[in-house]
Order: sequence, then C-alpha cells, then structure tokens
Amino acid sequence: MFPASFDYAKARSVAEAISILSSVEDAKLLAGGHSLLPLMKLRLASPSMLVDIGSLAELSYIEDKGDYVAIGSMTRHHDISSSRVLKSEIPLLPYVASQVGDPQVRHRGTIGGSISHGDGASDLPAAVLALDAKFVVAGPKRERIVPATEFFVGFLETVLSPDELLTEIRVPKFSGGWSFQKFNRRAQDWAIVGVAAVNDGGTRVSLVNMGPTPMRARAVEEALADGASIETASSKASEGMDPPTDLNASSQYRRHLAEVLVKRALTEAV
Amino acid sequence: MTVVETGSSERVTGKRLLRREDPALLTGEAKYVDDIREQGALYMALLRSPLAHAKIVSIDVSAAKKMPGVTDVMSGRDLQSEWVAPMPCAWPVTQDMKNPPHFPLATDVVHYVGDAVAVVLASDKVAAVDALAAIDVNYEALPVVVDLEDAVSDRILVHPSLGTNKCFVWKVEPDNDKVDQAFASAAHVTKNRYVQQRLIPSALEPRGVIAIPHPYGGEYTLFSSTQIPHILKVMLSTTIGISEAKLRVIAPAVGGAFGSKLNVYAEEVLALALARKLGKPIRWTEERSENSLATIHGRGQLQEIELAADEKGRITAVRVNIIADMGGYLQLLTPGVPLLGGFLYHGLYDVPAYSFSCTGVFTNKTPTDAYRGAGRPEATYAIERSMDLLAKKVGVDPAEIRRRNFIPPEKFPYSSVPGLIFDSGSYLPTLEMALEKVGYQELRKEQERRRSGNSRKHLGVGISSYVEMCGLAPSKVLGSLRYSAGGWESATVRILPTSKVQVVTGTSPHGQGHETSWSMIVADRLGISPDDIEVLHSDTAIAPHGLDTYGSRSLAVGGSAVYLATERVLEKARLIAAHRLEVSVEDLQYKDGSFRVTGSPEKAFALSSVAFEAFTAHDLPEGVEPNLEATVSWDPPNFTFPFGTHIAVVEVDEETGATELLRYVSVDDVGNQINPMIVEGQIEGGIAQGVAQALYEEAIYDEFGNLLDTTFLEYLLPSAAEFPSFELASTVTPSPTNPLGVKGVGEAGCIASPPAVINAVVDALSVFGIDHIDMPASPQKVWTAIMSSQGNGRKVE
Ligand SMILES: Cc1cc2nc3c(=O)[nH]c(=O)nc-3n(C[C@H](O)[C@H](O)[C@H](O)COP(=O)(O)OP(=O)(O)OC[C@H]3O[C@@H](n4cnc5c(N)ncnc54)[C@H](O)[C@@H]3O)c2cc1C
Repeated sequence: MFPASFDYAKARSVAEAISILSSVEDAKLLAGGHSLLPLMKLRLASPSMLVDIGSLAELSYIEDKGDYVAIGSMTRHHDISSSRVLKSEIPLLPYVASQVGDPQVRHRGTIGGSISHGDGASDLPAAVLALDAKFVVAGPKRERIVPATEFFVGFLETVLSPDELLTEIRVPKFSGGWSFQKFNRRAQDWAIVGVAAVNDGGTRVSLVNMGPTPMRARAVEEALADGASIETASSKASEGMDPPTDLNASSQYRRHLAEVLVKRALTEAV
Repeated sequence: MTVVETGSSERVTGKRLLRREDPALLTGEAKYVDDIREQGALYMALLRSPLAHAKIVSIDVSAAKKMPGVTDVMSGRDLQSEWVAPMPCAWPVTQDMKNPPHFPLATDVVHYVGDAVAVVLASDKVAAVDALAAIDVNYEALPVVVDLEDAVSDRILVHPSLGTNKCFVWKVEPDNDKVDQAFASAAHVTKNRYVQQRLIPSALEPRGVIAIPHPYGGEYTLFSSTQIPHILKVMLSTTIGISEAKLRVIAPAVGGAFGSKLNVYAEEVLALALARKLGKPIRWTEERSENSLATIHGRGQLQEIELAADEKGRITAVRVNIIADMGGYLQLLTPGVPLLGGFLYHGLYDVPAYSFSCTGVFTNKTPTDAYRGAGRPEATYAIERSMDLLAKKVGVDPAEIRRRNFIPPEKFPYSSVPGLIFDSGSYLPTLEMALEKVGYQELRKEQERRRSGNSRKHLGVGISSYVEMCGLAPSKVLGSLRYSAGGWESATVRILPTSKVQVVTGTSPHGQGHETSWSMIVADRLGISPDDIEVLHSDTAIAPHGLDTYGSRSLAVGGSAVYLATERVLEKARLIAAHRLEVSVEDLQYKDGSFRVTGSPEKAFALSSVAFEAFTAHDLPEGVEPNLEATVSWDPPNFTFPFGTHIAVVEVDEETGATELLRYVSVDDVGNQINPMIVEGQIEGGIAQGVAQALYEEAIYDEFGNLLDTTFLEYLLPSAAEFPSFELASTVTPSPTNPLGVKGVGEAGCIASPPAVINAVVDALSVFGIDHIDMPASPQKVWTAIMSSQGNGRKVE
C-alpha cells in the first residue's frame, strides 16, 4: 500500500504551520501520523502536502494551571499515560491513554491528532468529552476556545476549519470517582464499545464507537440526576444512539454492550 | 529410550541449544527477497479483479502505458503464448477430478476477487502500483457462488464448461455394511455439523519474487519467498518451458509460510516468463492486503460427523461427510488437503468401522490449499467435538469417554480401519498427565462453585486428545493416493580437508531451525562440536535434490537422511583409518572424533587426519575414492504419528459474550526430541495459531464474493497479549519409522488446540443448554447463542 504522492514541509512554529495551511490548497497537518497515514495508504485521503507539526516542542507539554491542566496538542499518548500531574489530578486521562493501541502507537500518536481526527471510535475524544475539556484553536486571524461538547460534529468531522490548528487541551481537575470501560477483542484494537464516566458531584458519561462522533450518554446522565438507580440509568445507555454495524459487532449488540459497560462504569465511578 | 547411535561421550541432541539462525534474523542482517538489490530490475504490479465472477469484455492498457516510469503493461491475452502448460495442480485425487485451466493472468473470465488480469512493469514500485488505476477493464458481472452447499447444488456454475461445481468425490469406505450395522445397533448416536471457517495464513513476510535472466549464459536465477525451491524449479520449467538445467531457484530468508508458500504462484510464473521475454530482471513484493486475496487460504469445510457407540460409550463406527471449498481454481495441492485428514476422523480411538466421503467444490473465492495442519486440524476438531457430545449422551466425564476409547498400547503398531499403520503410541499417559497438571478435579469444583454462586463469569474446561500423521511421506503411499511426487529426502554430508563439516539438505527451512537441529544430529554422530558444522540449503545450485519443507516432514525424513549420510561418511572414514592403522575395520571403534583400536586404545587415528588423507589421497586403501562425502536419498517406510492431550481453561462473560483463555496445558509426544527448545517453540506457535482459529480469525465473504477483512484491522490475528503463558509437558515414545526415533512437531499445536478451546467454551456455556458454537467463538456469536438458547439467556438445569 502506497499513498499518492504529496509534498512535505516541516513547520518550525505554529504560526508557520498556519501560514502554509492558508496558502497551500489541500494541505493537511501531520501529527503522529497514526490515523492520517493509514488513510493515505488506503487512498481514502490524498492531501497535496503534509505540514509536519509532530515535533514542535512548543506544543508538547503538560502544565498544572490551578483548576485545570493544560496539555499541548502534540503531547504523545505515552507522555499522558505516564504524567504524574495527570495521574494525581485527572487520573481518568492517563488511564485512557494507556489503553490506546499498542506501545508503538502510544509513542507516536498525539492527543491533539486524536481529537482533531474526531473519530467516534477513538478513546481520548470520548474521555475529554466526559471531562468537559476545552480546546484552544489557533487560526490565521484569531484564537478561539471551543468546549468539547461543541467540537465534534460528524463522522471524522469537527469544527476545525482547514487552516486551523488545535494547540491546547484544557482539562478541568476533578475529585471523585471515575471509570473507563473498553471492550475490544485484541489488546491493540479500538473499542467495539467504550465508556468513560466521571462522577464529580454530578455524573458525566460518554461513549466510544456508539455513533459517528464520541457521544455523551445524556439519557443516562439525566436519569442519574433524577435519582434513578444505576441499573435503571444504564438501561438508557443507547437511547438516542445510532451505533454502527461492522464485522465485530452489529448495531444491536453494540446497544447491549453499551448498557453492560455503562452499568460497570457507574458501579465503579459512583 | 533413544535409538540413535552416538559417537560422542557428551550428547548434544536433547539440549536446549540456542538457534544459530536467530542472531541474523533478530538484528535484520538476514536478507529476505525484498532486501535483495538487483540493478536494473523492473517492478511488477498486478491488476486484480474487483469482481468475484465476471466476463472480461475488454482491457485497455494504453493510458497506463503512458504513465510516468511505466515500461510495459500487458493483459492475459498478450501473454498467452508464454505458457506451455497451465499452472500445476500436483494432486489429481481421483481419475475424473475436474481441473479447469488456470493461467497466471485470466484471459476471458475472472473467478474470484483478486484473480489477476493484467500486469504493469515500471522502473519503481510506486509507479507500477500507480499505473494499475489507469488500466481500463470492462467487466460483465456473472452470478456468484460463495456458500458451499449452494456450490454443491450446481445452481450457479463457477466453471460452466465443467458442467458442475463438484471437483471430485473422494471416499474411504472399507466396509459400509459394517458401518450401517453399527449405527443400526448403537446404544448412542451423535450427529453433528461443524463449520471449518476459511483462514488467511498471514505469514509475517508476504510473498516476493525476483527473476533474473543471464541473457548471455541463457540461464535464470529466481529468488522466491517459498517453502519449496526444488518443487518450484521443476514446476516452473514445465509451465513456461525453460530447461530445468538452466534454472536456479533460491529461497533466501523466508519470514514464515505455514503452508501458504507451498505453492506455485502466478507471480512466480509471470516474473520468470517476463524476465525471459524482456531479458531484464523482474521483481515483485506482495502487499499485505494483496496477500489476503492472492495467497491461498486454509480450511474452508463443512463437516458432518456421526458416531455410533455402545452403552458404555465405546465407539463402534464413525461416518463422515464433508464438503471442501477449493475456491476458484486448483492450486498446487488444493484437492489433496482434505485427504490428509480423511484417514484420521476416528482420532486416536480404536474404532472398528469407518466411512469417509469428501466432495470438493469450486466457489468464487480465493483458492484454498495446505495451511498448517492441512486436513488434520479439521479431522481432529470434528472427532474431538463429537467426543464431548458423546460423553454428554452417555453421561460420563469428557476425560472418561476418551479413556474408554483410546487405542491401547499393546495394539501398536496399530492397523487402523481406514488403512494406516500408527507407528507407536501410548495415549493414556498424556491425558492423565494433562489432567493432573491442570488440576482437573479442582477446576470442576470451582466451576460448580461459580454456577451455584450465580457468577456471571462461567468457567469452562476443554479436553482435546489428538493423533496426527506427519513425516510426509512414503513415496509408494503417495503414489497410491495419486500424488505427483515422492516423499523422500536427500542429504549430503561432506567432511572438508580441515575437518569442518558441510551438511547439504533438501529441506527448506523458513523458521523451523534446521540449521541448528541438523548440526546437532551430525555433531552427536561424529562426536564433534556443532560449531564445526555448516548446514546449506534452499538453493538448487547448492542442494540439487530435495522435496522441501511442509507436512511436519523435515526432521523425520530430512533429518533422518542427514543422520544416514553421516553414517555413510563414517563408514568410508573407517576404511581409511583401518588402512592407516593397519587393522581391520571391525577392530575399530569410533568415539569423540577418533577411531581407536579395540583393546589398544592408544592406537588411534583422528577423523581430522582421515579428512586430510581423503583430500591428499596420497595413500588411500584400494578402491576407495578421494574425498570424504556421502549423499543419501531416504524414503521413509511409513508416516509418523505424534499425539498428545491439550486442555484449555476459559472464562466466558455471560453479559458480553467474551471468552478469556485463562490457562492452556499441553502434553505432547513427538518422539525423540533433538532440541526441546525448538520443539516447545513449534508447539507454542501452533497452539496460538489454533486458538486464533477457535476464537479470532475468519476470512469473511459477503454474498457477492467480496473478502471483507483484508487488513489486520479487521482480520483478527491475535498477538502475544491475548494469550496466557502455555504450560507445556511431554512424553517420549520413539517412532520406529526412522533412525532418529522422531515424529515431527510443526503442526501438532494447531491440530490439537481448536477443539480444546471450543470444548471449553461450550463447557462453560452448557449452563444455558448450549451444546455447540462454531468457530470463531466471537463475543457477539457467544452472546447471540446465549440469548437464543433454551433458557433465552437464563440458565437451564
Ligand atoms: C494500530 C493502531 C491502533 C490504534 N488504536 C487506537 C485505540 O485503541 N484507540 C484510539 O483512540 N486510537 C487508536 N489509534 C489511533 C491513534 O491514537 C492515533 O494516534 C490518533 O488517532 C491520531 O493521532 P496522530 O497524532 O497520530 O494524528 P495524525 O494521524 O497525524 O492526524 C490525524 C488527523 O488530525 C489532523 N491533525 C493532527 N493534529 C492536528 C492539530 N493539532 N490541529 C488540527 N488538526 C490536526 C491531521 O491533519 C489528520 O487529519 C490506533 C492507531 C493505530 C495505527
């Protein structure tokens, strides 16, 4: 499998990356390459140019900002899974990062790449959704801040425009229970269904691979807020969802798994 | 216990010597086909049909020819004059077997998705692949046959000119009246239907080939990632009409094969023919997804098996009917694969009446062929699944039903009703040892505790006792089965002037460690260090005779040839030593590298001196030729029959349907072990591959004949993370078939493990009244089975 031919530029700064994106048609950012390159090899994507930001030091950091932790978008999954700050302040996130793919994937893939890719089957997007994170997005004209709940819009589609770059993920600290349930066949696989739950006074639940984007399980959250039992709340796990059918699982089996996994997640987190 | 004669006071065989092959493989020094640089080579790419069955109305290559870097683009019709014969099938299993012509490129009709229709040659790899998209093929779709029973019905024909989809019907029916009587008077009868799903062999290194012409010498060298350089050489020369004397075939480092490189493939034939046509080197490396379509698949059978038994559960007859999927064409051994299991559906049980029938059918899918185990995993699965069902009917423990039926040790050599002679065996100890090792009684108690404690994670224990047949094979028997080649193996042992030893073998290792094992065999016999022994192989110019590596044959047949060639060299050396010591040969004993005179051990002549004498030839005995070398071609008198018992312990999560393999115990008897570490490696890999069949892998086709899982994202090849550490043990029952007393171990693991795992899964699910689940037992399949079981997802008592 070979990608179609393309040009390559290594950006020396965020500003330079954005200026190339604005001037070259069909240019695309390259982070860890672990989602983009497979698509290119399958010829499902054929950008004219790759703008490599994977090794930009200014985008790789994890900083304690008081009530939130700021994570540079090019921080690798491995660095998140081994971060001491995150382990003590937001333990869900490093745990989720440790469940992504295999060691090779975790040393290449970045949190910003994963979120920008916006794959409903990916783990970190669902995790930051449950964590009510906010994203800092830089563009040619201005910088904007987008809440996770408004970021994912459709299948591999986010609010990012082609000349924008996700620079930072701001994740609020929380104290309380949490759980991440990932159901897959092989250790390195994506989730067939996954559930992230955070209990921080209220309970937030998000689902992996239950729709075109990472999804908040609103029906579950509302039921819990209304005082429903875990059993009753988890039975609403697939309400409003339209999960995909693929070789691993039918839509119906996914709905069932979502209920089982939400129940397990709530039992652990609440 | 050991039958091997040794010339060494400290034995090397039986030791866990590290493999001499590994440093080069692990550091990347080893060269695979794709690593070989060849100046001026053209890269080949093949355009493959996206349709499973279609008429080729037209092919327009003109636009592709104009693409940058492209040298030539040719369709099947353009190349039809290159072939003197269709691609070979070496196993016409019956007189009237149907074998549709199969050429490297389809000319008029494509028969499966992946069937190649055109070839591009370009100055680099990417240019060749890019040009494929510019070839314009106009297809007219034809109806497609995917399902095996649909194929048997002949509703739609894969090859209309044959008039049927049935390739052959092949039977082993020694006495059908006896079988019928046994069923008529049986106290218990089981009748079951099992699916052997198709598997994609998935060698780590895909296939690859480089064909190099030497135009002024009129000769050709072909590098191929193959298991069979020798057979390939013969077949290529007869397919494209190049003199065998002008063709040299080399298998460099080969990254796994599992039977998938035991073939003559279109790309090998094409590369060589194009090298001849253009006078330029031609190279091709398969892509991963291409490998899923264009390299043979394994298994693909529908099995129906009936057992008749008396009150005690002793089997009185086995009756088997299978449909075997050939795919779109016959490859080298396609029709023969089910036969290799056809004699073994009674397993290691003493069964007085037997009937087996196999119908091979064409379908619009990738051709099948030998895949690790080839026929024996299928047979073992059918009988071992049925043994559990019989145990249930009789009301005894699965272990007990096996005890009641094992062929007893006093019956060996055992003449089986289907017509084999099992060389040696002692089955019960492997079962008892495995039960003990796994802690069977304790597991049964734990299982009960969980059931009564309303746990939703159910424990399952599955037993699989197996016998298989390897050491392919006595040539006469192969002849009687209409196989087109023999089963002997050749070896040369050459002691060089400086007394270093060269061993030339006709086997073609691709991961099995022959260099290490063969050197150990010779080291023991000569009483020298294995480090002084070099093993040469896999190049027809260096090892001209051989029948290559497959069917767990190499040690039993090729290793024996090496041993016998060493003996023969030693005989010659003895003549020279006796001459120099002026004694008769009977007075000499050989030990630790020297001949000594019996009774006066100070009179000695070292092998190293003999070697030099043989080289200088200044004073050789009358009639003895210079040089110390012997070649043996050895034809085994029988197959060998390894056996053992495997036990799997699983936990099935009733809520998700997920199965976790908790433990895996195996007790195998592969005869004498030359290098126990290599034996264990083979067993472990085999177990993993068999568990993969039981739980993970399946080539999934849709109704249009599209293969849906052509990447490792969808095709669930498991990794080490999915397995517990296996708990291995062995017993040793030497084989009387060969001088080493060895049996063979390449396939045993994947033959034994699928039924062990499925028996365990079904054992766990028996609380729901479920008595079978087809492979692969995926979570969704298990969950669906629970939901639609007798108790609709509730336990039945
Ligand atoms: C074998 C394998 C297994 C995997 N398993 C899992 C798994 O279990 N769970 C899981 O969640 N993921 C899994 N992944 C995906 C992995 O986590 C990827 O690393 C991740 O999805 C994408 O991150 P990346 O840095 O590689 O992004 P890239 O592939 O480089 O980029 C992805 C997309 O985002 C865009 N992009 C990248 N960075 C930015 C940015 N800063 N601003 C705007 N756009 C940007 C790119 O242009 C591209 O379109 C797996 C991948 C592989 C290859």
